[in-house]
Amino acid sequence: MNLLRELTDKPWIATEGIPGAGQEQKMLSAVSSGRAAIKWLFGVGSVLFFLLIVSYGERMTYEDWRPLPESKLLWFNTIALISSSVAMQWAVIGGRRDEIDDVKIGMLSGGITAVVFLAGQLLAWRQLVQMGYFETTNPAIAFFILITGLHALHIVGGLIAWGRTAQKVWWRGCEAGQIRGSVELCAFYWHFLLVLWLVLFGLLFAGNNNLSIILAICGLR
Amino acid sequence: MADATHDDVGYVPPAEIEEQDLYHAKSWITKYVFCQDAKVIAIQYSITAIAIGLVGLVLSWLMRLQLGFPEAFSFIEPDDYYQFITVHGMIMVIYLLTALFLGGFGNYLIPLMVGARDMVFPFVNMISYWVYLLAVVVLCASFFVPGGPTGAGWTLYPPQAILSGTPGSDGGIILMLVSLALFIVGFTMGGLNYVVTVFQARTRGLSLMRLPLTIWGILTATVLALLAFPALFVGAVMMLLDRILGTSFFMPSIVELGEHLSYGGGSPILFQHLFWFFGHPEVYIVALPAFGIVSDLISVHARRNIFGYRMMVWAIVIIGALSFVVWAHHMYVSGMNPYFGFFFATTTLIIAVPTALKVYNWTLTLWRGDIHLTTPMLFAIGFIVTFVNGGITGLFLGNVAIDVPLSDTMFVVAHFHMVMGVAPALVIFGAIYHWYPKITGRLLDETLGKFHFWVTFLGAYLIYFPMHYLGFVGVPRRYFELGDTQIFDQSVGDLNAFISIVTFIVGFAQLVFFFNLYRSYSKGKEAGPNPWRACSLEWQTAETPPGHGNFGKELPLVYRWPYDFNVPGAKEDFIPQNMSQSEAFPKRKAAAKTSRSRAAKK
Ligand code: HEM
Ligand SMILES: [Cu+2]
Repeated sequence: MNLLRELTDKPWIATEGIPGAGQEQKMLSAVSSGRAAIKWLFGVGSVLFFLLIVSYGERMTYEDWRPLPESKLLWFNTIALISSSVAMQWAVIGGRRDEIDDVKIGMLSGGITAVVFLAGQLLAWRQLVQMGYFETTNPAIAFFILITGLHALHIVGGLIAWGRTAQKVWWRGCEAGQIRGSVELCAFYWHFLLVLWLVLFGLLFAGNNNLSIILAICGLR
Repeated sequence: MADATHDDVGYVPPAEIEEQDLYHAKSWITKYVFCQDAKVIAIQYSITAIAIGLVGLVLSWLMRLQLGFPEAFSFIEPDDYYQFITVHGMIMVIYLLTALFLGGFGNYLIPLMVGARDMVFPFVNMISYWVYLLAVVVLCASFFVPGGPTGAGWTLYPPQAILSGTPGSDGGIILMLVSLALFIVGFTMGGLNYVVTVFQARTRGLSLMRLPLTIWGILTATVLALLAFPALFVGAVMMLLDRILGTSFFMPSIVELGEHLSYGGGSPILFQHLFWFFGHPEVYIVALPAFGIVSDLISVHARRNIFGYRMMVWAIVIIGALSFVVWAHHMYVSGMNPYFGFFFATTTLIIAVPTALKVYNWTLTLWRGDIHLTTPMLFAIGFIVTFVNGGITGLFLGNVAIDVPLSDTMFVVAHFHMVMGVAPALVIFGAIYHWYPKITGRLLDETLGKFHFWVTFLGAYLIYFPMHYLGFVGVPRRYFELGDTQIFDQSVGDLNAFISIVTFIVGFAQLVFFFNLYRSYSKGKEAGPNPWRACSLEWQTAETPPGHGNFGKELPLVYRWPYDFNVPGAKEDFIPQNMSQSEAFPKRKAAAKTSRSRAAKK
C-alpha cells in the first residue's frame, strides 16, 4: 500500500535534485478535498451510530425489553431513500456526460425523494405517538426516536449542501462541467447516508429486530 | 532561497487549490472578526481558550480556599463547592486544553508546517470557531440560571447528575450538555479540516515521514478526537433526553423522598462506558500534541536531530490506537467482572511501552546535544520530568488491586493533574515562548520567562507532591470538608493549607507571563524570521509574522526532514527543509566539480 510505503520512508535522506521532478502535476481540487472530508465524516458517523447500536443491543439484553411495534411505513421510507440515491447517481452520470438536463432531473428527483423520506420518518414518529405506544420509558421507542432523529439531522445537513448546488444549477445557470464536482460530492454523501440507514433499518427497525438474533447467536440474549 | 534552482529542468510547482480563490478579507470585520484565515482563527481560539481557562483557574482557587481553610469562608456552601469542581474540571480538560492544542496550535501550525496557504476549507474553519465560542458562552450562561451550573462532577455520572439533589439540576445540567454537544459539533468541523489539510495539502516533497512531529501529534490527536467525541455526544444527547423528555436511557427506577420517579430500566453503567470511551482518548488528545511539540522544541534547542524519528511516529500512532482499548480502567470500582478488569489492566500497562520509548528517545536526543537552556527548552525538560512522574503513578493506578483503595482519593487528583494538568500546561507555555516570535515578530523576554518557568515548575511540585501523600492516607476526593473526621491527623489540615497558599502564589505568578506577552508585543527584541535557527517551514516564510497566504508567490519545495541540525559539511548548523542539497553543501558541489574536471583532464 502506498501509505505503508510512505510510512517506512527513510526520512533523514534528503532529495537530490528537485522534489517531484518529472512527476505529473497533481492539482489540489476542492472536489478531492471534499471527498476526503466526506470519507472522514463517514468514519465519525460510523462511530456515532455504531455506539448507538451497541447501546441499543445492551439495553435489549434486559428482561423488560419490549420490541418496537412494526411499521410498514418504514419500508416505504427505505424505498424513498434508495431512489433518492439512485437519482443523485443519475445526476452524477449526467454531469460526467455533460448533459445538464440529466443533472437537473437527477438533482430534482433526488431532492424530492429525500424530503419524502424525511416526511415519512416524521409520519412514523406520529404513528408511534398515536398508536398509544408512546411511553418515553419504553426504551425501544426512545431509541427509535433518538436514532432516526440523528439520522434525519444528517439528511437535513445534506439537503443544505444540495440546496447550494441546486442554486448553482437553477439560479446561476451553471454548465454541467462547472457543477460536476458539487453534484458528485452531494451524491457521495447521499450514498453514505443510505448505507447508514440500511444498516440501522436492517439491524434495529426492520421486522422483529434482527439485532436480537445476532445477540442470541453471541449468547447474550 | 531554494527558489534559486527553480529554472532547472523538470520543475513542477507544488499543487495549489485552483478552483477556490484564496480568501481575501474585504473589511476590518472580515479581517479580524469573521475571518477565514487559519492564523487569525488560531489566535481567536487561543484567546478564548485562555480566557475561559482563567475562569477555571479562579474556580480552583475557590476550591483551594475551602480545602485549605474550611469554615473560614462562609460564602462557599457545599453546593457551590461541587459546582466549582465540576465546571473547573470541564473547562480545563475540554474548553481549555482540547481547544487550545487543536484549535489554537493546530490552526496556526498545520498550514504553515505543511507548506499550505491555508486550511482546505477556510469557511468551515471559521464556523468551527464560532460554534466553539457559542459552546463557551452557553457554559458560562449556566452560572446565571436559577440553581447555577451543574455540580455533578466533570464525569456527569447519572443518575445523580439529573436528580434534584444535585446542584444545578434545573438549568445547569441542561446547559452543560448542550454546551458539550455544541463543542463537539464545532470541533468536528475543525477536525475534518485539520486532517484533510495534512493529508491533501502538503507541499511538494513533504512526504508524511518528513512532517515535524508536532504535526504528527496534532494529526493523531485530531483523529482520536474525531472518533472519541461521538461517544460523549451520544452520552450527552441521551442524558438530555432523559432529563427533558423523561426517557430512561441511563435512569434505573428510583425512589426519591419516598416517591417513585417515572424513570425505570435504564443503565447508569452504560453512560460510564460511553463517557470513558471518550474520556480516556481525551487524555491522549491532550497529550499527543504535547508529545509532538516537545519533540520539536527539544530538537531545535539542543541542535540535534530527534532520536529515532520513525519510532517516534509509530509510537504516537500506536499510543493513539491503544488509547481506545483501555477506557474501563476508570471503572474498576463499578462492580465489573474481574476478568474484564484484568483485560483493561493489561492493555493499560502495555501503553507504557511506546510511551517509555518516547521518553528514552527524548533523553537520547538531549544526550550530547548542544543544549541551549532557553525558556522553551526549560519548559520542555520540565514536561518530560513531570510526565514521567505522572506516568509512573498511572502505572500504579492501572493495577486493579492498587486502584481500588486509591480510587476517589486525592492520590487520583494528584496523578491526573501531573499528567494532564501540569505536563500539558508546561508544553503550552514552552510552545508559546517558542512560536511567539513567529506570531508577533518579537521575542518574549527571557529573564521573565525563566522566572515564570521556575515558579510554575517548582510550585506545581509543591502543590501536587503533597497531594499524593494526602491521597495515600485516605483523604477523599470531591469532599467539601473533612470536618471532625478522627482518622486524619492535624497534619492533613496543615498540608492542605500549605497547598492552598502555594496555589495562590503560583496562580499570581502567571501574571508575569501575561505581562511578558503584553510588553513584548511592542517592546520585545526583534526576532527576525528565524530566531531559533530552526528547519521547519513555518520559520522560512517570506514575512514575519507570516502574511496572507503564508508563503510568498510560490509555495516552498521540501528537500528534507525538519531535523537537519549540525550536519557535517553543511554551511550552517541547520538546513531548512526547503533548501536544496546543492545550496546546503556548496563545498561538496565545488569538490564534485573539481574532481569531475580533473577526471576530464586525464
Ligand atoms: C491551576 C492549577 C489547578 C489547581 C490548583 C487545581 C485544583 C483542583 C482541585 C482542588 C480539584 C478538586 C479535587 C476534588 O476535591 O476532587 C480539581 C479537580 C479537577 N481538576 Fe484541577 N486544578 C488545576 C488545574 C487543572 C488543569 C490544568 C486541569 C486539566 C486537565 C484540571 C483538571 C481537573 C479535573 C478533571 C478535576 C476533576 C473534577 C471532578 O472531580 O469532577 N485541573 N482541581
Ligand atoms: Cu484513562
